[in-house]
Parts: sequence; structure tokens; C-alpha cells
Amino acid sequence: MPIYNLKVNGQSHAVEADQDTPLLWVLRDHLNMVGTKFGCGIGQCGACTIHLDGSATRSCLLQVSMVDDMEITTIEGLSEDGGHPVQQAWKEVDVPQCGYCQAGQIMTAASFLSQNNTPDTSEIRDAMSGNICRCAAYNRIEKAVAVAATKMK
Amino acid sequence: MKNPLSPSLSRRSFIKTSALAGGGMLIGFNLFQACKPEVTPPVDITQLNFNDFNAFIKIADNGMVTIFSPNPEIGQGVKTAMPMLIAEELDVSWDNVLVVQGALDTKNYTRQVAGGSQSIRHGWEPLRQTGATAKQMLINAAAAQWGVKASECTAKNGVISNSSGATLGYGDVVTAAAGLEVPENVTLKDPKDFTIIGKDIPNVDLDKIITGKSLYGLDYKADGMVYASVLRPPSFGKKLIDCDETSVKKITGVLDVIKFGDKVAVLAKDTWTAMKGKKDLKVTWEVDSKLENTEDHDQILTSLLEGSEFKTMRKDGNVKEAFAQADQVIERTYESPFLPHNCMEPMNFFADVTDEKVRLVGPIQTPAGTAERVARLLERDVEDVSVEMTRMGGGFGRRLYGDFALEAAEISKLAKKPVKVVYSREDDMTAGIYRPAIKYRISASIKDNKITGYHLKEASVNSNMYGLIPNFFPAGAIENYQVDVANYKSNITTGAWRAPYTNFLSFAEQSFFDELSEILEIDRIKLRLDLLQKVKGTTDEKIEYSPERLEKVIQLAVDKSGWGNAKEGVYQGFSAYYCHNTHVAEVAEVVLENDLPIVKKVTCVVDCGIVVNPLGAKNQIEGGVIDGIGHAMYGDFAFKDGEPQYKNFNTYKLIRMNETPLVETHFVESNASPTGLGEPTLPPAGAAVANAIKAAKGIRLYKQPFIKNMKSKDLLG
Ligand code: FES
Ligand code: FES
Repeated sequence: MPIYNLKVNGQSHAVEADQDTPLLWVLRDHLNMVGTKFGCGIGQCGACTIHLDGSATRSCLLQVSMVDDMEITTIEGLSEDGGHPVQQAWKEVDVPQCGYCQAGQIMTAASFLSQNNTPDTSEIRDAMSGNICRCAAYNRIEKAVAVAATKMK
Repeated sequence: MKNPLSPSLSRRSFIKTSALAGGGMLIGFNLFQACKPEVTPPVDITQLNFNDFNAFIKIADNGMVTIFSPNPEIGQGVKTAMPMLIAEELDVSWDNVLVVQGALDTKNYTRQVAGGSQSIRHGWEPLRQTGATAKQMLINAAAAQWGVKASECTAKNGVISNSSGATLGYGDVVTAAAGLEVPENVTLKDPKDFTIIGKDIPNVDLDKIITGKSLYGLDYKADGMVYASVLRPPSFGKKLIDCDETSVKKITGVLDVIKFGDKVAVLAKDTWTAMKGKKDLKVTWEVDSKLENTEDHDQILTSLLEGSEFKTMRKDGNVKEAFAQADQVIERTYESPFLPHNCMEPMNFFADVTDEKVRLVGPIQTPAGTAERVARLLERDVEDVSVEMTRMGGGFGRRLYGDFALEAAEISKLAKKPVKVVYSREDDMTAGIYRPAIKYRISASIKDNKITGYHLKEASVNSNMYGLIPNFFPAGAIENYQVDVANYKSNITTGAWRAPYTNFLSFAEQSFFDELSEILEIDRIKLRLDLLQKVKGTTDEKIEYSPERLEKVIQLAVDKSGWGNAKEGVYQGFSAYYCHNTHVAEVAEVVLENDLPIVKKVTCVVDCGIVVNPLGAKNQIEGGVIDGIGHAMYGDFAFKDGEPQYKNFNTYKLIRMNETPLVETHFVESNASPTGLGEPTLPPAGAAVANAIKAAKGIRLYKQPFIKNMKSKDLLG
């Protein structure tokens, strides 16, 4: 089996995996980073969102062979101890219900706000619509993104 | 020595204390025992030791309080709210409280259902008593140290004071307190003195969730664990004949292929390889029983409604007579599809079956029942089986059923390895325990412009509404009233889905009353309030709801939503409902964009008694309303030759942020005991939206999901 050199959260990891293994499962099963979640496996729910060279990407659709040597950031590496403004906003607003979708929501929001830190409501709603929250904590997610935007200005 | 059990022993029977080696006190109690509707003492208190308890309060000698709660979190906020009840009566600052997930003892207590929305209602008294008992012991210890009477001392915020002004911290006396007898009678606080209950307290797992820590069943790992992906029959009604696994076994990383029953498990060193291997299995299936179609269900349910095979659930007066004498009879039929739960975290479970023990870990709401079923399946003593619960990525009823845990146990036994069964989304959606498809037919007789009779018929798949529902509104409000149910036995598995039955019945009933008010030309609100007047002072003890509380939420919703004063282009719909001990009224506001109805806002008024944690409660309420709207608008499901036609989120539509309204929540101020919030705001949402769509477009909706049915009628622009 081929060996890939992955750069995850600033650290290098040599991973032996089939070339078609999605990054999601490499993170979760091979590297023991379980913060990135599995929801659908087909790019529809956003639970598996990570940053690839800074932009939000669905790790369930990314084959490990495609990300060799690229910068991968997961929820575990978004900040030290949850200090990222988006994580802070999530705390302030007390967003989670079951919480399962929230890592993906946070990663999507962080990438979106890094490109647009003065979003209006409809921009926030559009940007976050790729992420499903089955508990429907949508009002709070929306609010937390707005709060995070003010922190990132 | 055996103590005779007497009612006065009841508190002691679920609380026990001991000193901690390094100083401090440990208070053990049984959370589930304490939270049952009636507290019954365990068999013999003298035989109990700390292993018999599943919840603990540790008070350290620095005054820090740790609450070990076995109640796992399903997303309803109970892991935060239940410890709040203890901390309130213990009278410590919430900043000094740490909540830790404890392991669960499934051995001694059998009726454990964790995380349901009734937890807070059942825990309200016993959990506060537990906190108050601990506080009294600390006071007693301080009083002894001072040589004064305990009645001369008070405690607040972790500090005990006496009448001469001396103070001692909880930490100073906790080790002494541990040696004291558990007091028999304690006084609970007057709600006006609450300092924690009623305050906004953030989710206790917030930090872990936002930093991606391992919390959920899917995150759980153990040494030597392998992953299993299970192939199940593709259709309800098919069974396994043969499976050729030769090519699968050649895949690097695949460890084993195991047949059990009608299923085949592929075991691999990681999840992806197991899932890939499963896709490669060459399987022959055979038809074993009827392959059902959605069209069949449609016809069967209709013929059930038209037939005579009903069971009567409640009967007041004589509907037949009322209908015979009526000026007019209004009859409407409402239809809903099967629905999958689609928890965000797909089903999964860990099992390690060895000769010594059976260890199960995962997201489950019924640990004790599951332990029993696994024991029976494996022919083991239930004492050998332990179940540890993890945080759950949603439940909605699906995690009441331990089918996935049984699979894990069986595979682990056959493979002789620790195994984690992981469902793909497709597995999760197609091996469901669905909300059954249901049709309701409601008829009302009208005489002199008054409702004289009301007849509700339910035709459902596999099972019918539970016994309390016929006593919900409008029972007691209409003289001649009857509820009849019938069902059809299908091989498609069905079960509880968030707010069982009421999740759809509420839509039918509240749409019906809305339409009746149009036909009778009576104001929509007045019609409902007039009916409630008739229930006031009822002597019928079966009536489940309170007409006064329902009236109050209706009036407050009218007031807070600006009912009847919507801006131009904004259309309102009203709905009020009682279920799960909670009274709710909702006003939905819809606008039309390109002729499509868009729900912009919902005003939700809730009477759930005392609101323990408003921050968490509002989250539940918002989620329930939006979930209700999402499934009413979009939730569709179908079977063709027994095979589920929706398998993943590319075709199965869940509501997304750009489709969600703003939910504005108002609570009725109350001193009544708290009731659950996980379910009751969902049922009224569908009707509020349907009634608003009627106002906007003049179309009355009788069928869910709305969007599909509006489209099929070609009523959209
Ligand atoms: S798991 Fe990747 S988008 Fe759903
Ligand atoms: S919080 Fe449960 S899925 Fe989003």
C-alpha cells in the first residue's frame, strides 16, 4: 500500500492507506483525530468539513492521494484550546444541541469569515446552507456566525 | 440486619454517603431510581454498596463539587439541566460545579430510559432532594463543630453561617459531614429563592464539542478493535440465500467476512475498507414475504378508514346520533408518509464479547433493555453484560431501539474480537425503524352553527396512538366525541419518532379547526377559546391537558405575535397543541417569493412550568419548531418492492439554514413543576405553517410533505 505524507494541523504524518481512502477516514481511523465527523459520505451534509490550504472542503470526498503535501486543518487544529473567534462565538451563543454537526459548521464558518468578515444575513445563510444540522440549531448557528464576524473585524 | 421497607425510608434508600480517602465526601444515589415517577426503594438498602449507584456527587475539601451523571446527552440539554437541580438545592456556586459523565450500572436497575424529554419532569423533586440532603449534612456538621443547633445555621453559595456570624466553607466540614447520618426530612427551597434554576447555563460539554474531542459512539476506540460494515437485505421482505465473498477477502485490510442471520458483516482494520468490502459482496436474495409499495400503503390505509375494523379509544356521548341530526357534516382526511430519523451521527455500536464478559459501548437510550436483549441473544447471564453510554449525535426515537447493539454483539461473538459496527448513511436510512405512514380522518357535525360531534379515525402501519392521546384536546370540549384506530401489519419496521403520533395528528387537528372556523365563519382564535371554556372545571380525570394553560398560551401567542396585524404580504397561521405535558401555541408567518411560500418567522409560546435553564430550553424549542417545519415541508419517503427509495441526503431533503425561519420564544411564567421540551414544540409547527399557506395562497394542505404535494397539484407558479 502506498504511503502518503500528510500535513495535518502543522504536523507531518506518514500514512499507509489505499489511494482511494477518503481523507475523512484517514483522519478518524488512522490518525485518531475524531473531531471531523462522518454524516453522509457524499458531500451533502458538511459534517466532515476541514480546511485544505485554508478553504473549507469536504473530507469525505477527498481521496488521500489528492492531498499529499497540502496543508490540512481540522477542528483539533483550528486553534489551541478553542480560542478561535468562531469557537468563542459558538460558546457565547451556546450553539450545540447534540453537537455532532458542530465541528463541520465551525470549520465552514471559519473559512467563510476569513474571506468575508462583514457578511450580511443572507450571505451567512447561503454560506452555511451546505451544512445540515439535524437538531436544527440553525438560529443559533446563524447568530454565532454574526457574532464571530464582529470578533474577526 | 434487614430493614423493613417503609415510605419514610425512600430518600435514604436512594442516597448513601461516605468519606473520601483524601478528604471530602462522596454521595451516591441512583439517578434513574430517583427519576422514576414514583420512587420505590431498592430491594434491601443494607445490602447496597457504592456499586449500586450510578450517580455521585463528590464534594472535595476545597469546596469544589463534581457531579458524576450517567445520563448521557442526546441533544436535549439534560446533562446540563439535571445537575443544575442538584446544585441549586446544595446551594453552591455553579462556577464550582463540574459535571462528568459517569459509567452506567445496568445490573441493579432495569427500567432505565435515558435522555428522554421526561427526565426533567421525573427528576425535579428527587434531584433537588438529593442536593438538599447533602446541604443539610454539611450544615449539621458545621453546627456540631460550633456546638450550636443546626436550625440556627444557614448555607448559601458554599458557605455555612451561624447566628453569631461565624462562617465555615463546605470544604471545611465536608469530611466530618461524611460520617453523619443521612437526614430524613429536608426542606426544599421556595422557587423565588432559586439562584441557579431559571438562569442561562451553557451546555456543560461546550468546550469539548467546539474543539472536536472524542465524545460520541462513533469516536469510541478500544485496543484490538476492528470495524464492521454490515450488508442487510436490500428490501423489506427479502432474505439471504447465498453470499460469495471471495473477491472481498482479497482486499488488503479486510480481515473477515461473517454471515449471521440474513446479514453479512465485512470486518476490516478501518471503516473505509469495511465499507468498500461490503460493496463488493456478491449476494443472492430471495423473496421471503410481501414486497410492499407506497401505493399499496396508500390504498390500504384508505380502505382501513372506510372499513369497520376499529378499536375505540375514547367515546363520549353518541357521535352517530349527532351526525344523524346535523345540519352539516364536515369530513377531511390527512396523510403523511413514513419518515426515517436520520440522526446526524449514523447508528453504530461497540461490542467485545469474551468468555468472561460482554462489554457494550455506544449511543443508546435504553441501556438496560439492550443489555437484556443481548444477554438473551448470546444466551448469557445479564450480569455478564455491561453497557456504557456515550454522547449521542441525535436520537429522535431511533436510539431507543438497540438493533445495532445486537448486531455488534453477535458479530463480536462470532469473530472473537472487539468490534465496532458502523452504519453508512445509506445503511442508516434504509435499515430504519421508521415513523409509520398514517392517515387521519376527522369528521365534525354542525348544528345551528355549533360543533356537536367530533369523530377522529386513525389508520396507521403496525401500531396506533398511545392511550393518553385520545384525552388530549378536543376531548371534553365536544359533547359527542369518539376516537377510533385501526392498523395494518407490515414487514417494514416502524417505531417512535420525535413526538410519536402527535407529530402528525397535531397537523391534522389544527388544520381541521382552522378550516372549521372558516366554514362556521367564527374567528379562528375564538373558536378554540370557546371550546376550551367547556372543559374548565371538568370532573373527567382522564382529560390530559389543562384548558386554563392552553387558553393562556393561545392568548399570549396572539399578543406576542401581533396576530391579525401582519404587514402587507405577510400571512399568518395559528396552531395550539398540548402533548408531553407541555402546552404550546405557535404563529407562523409566511411570505410568497416567486409564488413559493417561505416561512419567515414563528412565534412560539410555551408553558413548560418552571424553566430550569432558559438558554438550553430555547435551543430545544427553536430546534423542535424548525424540525417540525422541515419535515412537514420536505420530509418524504417511499418504498418500491419493499426497497426504500431514499438513501442519502442527495435525494432525501432535510431543512437547511436558508429555509429556516427565525423562532421567537416566549415562556408563560409559572411555578408549576417543569416539563420536557424535546418534543412538544414540534407537533404544532406543521399546522401553523399550513394555515399560513392557506392564508397566503388560498390552498388548504391535507398531505405532507407540503412542497411535493403543492407541486404535484401544479399549484405553484
Ligand atoms: S460526510 Fe462529508 S459531506 Fe457529509
Ligand atoms: S447539533 Fe445535532 S446535528 Fe447539529
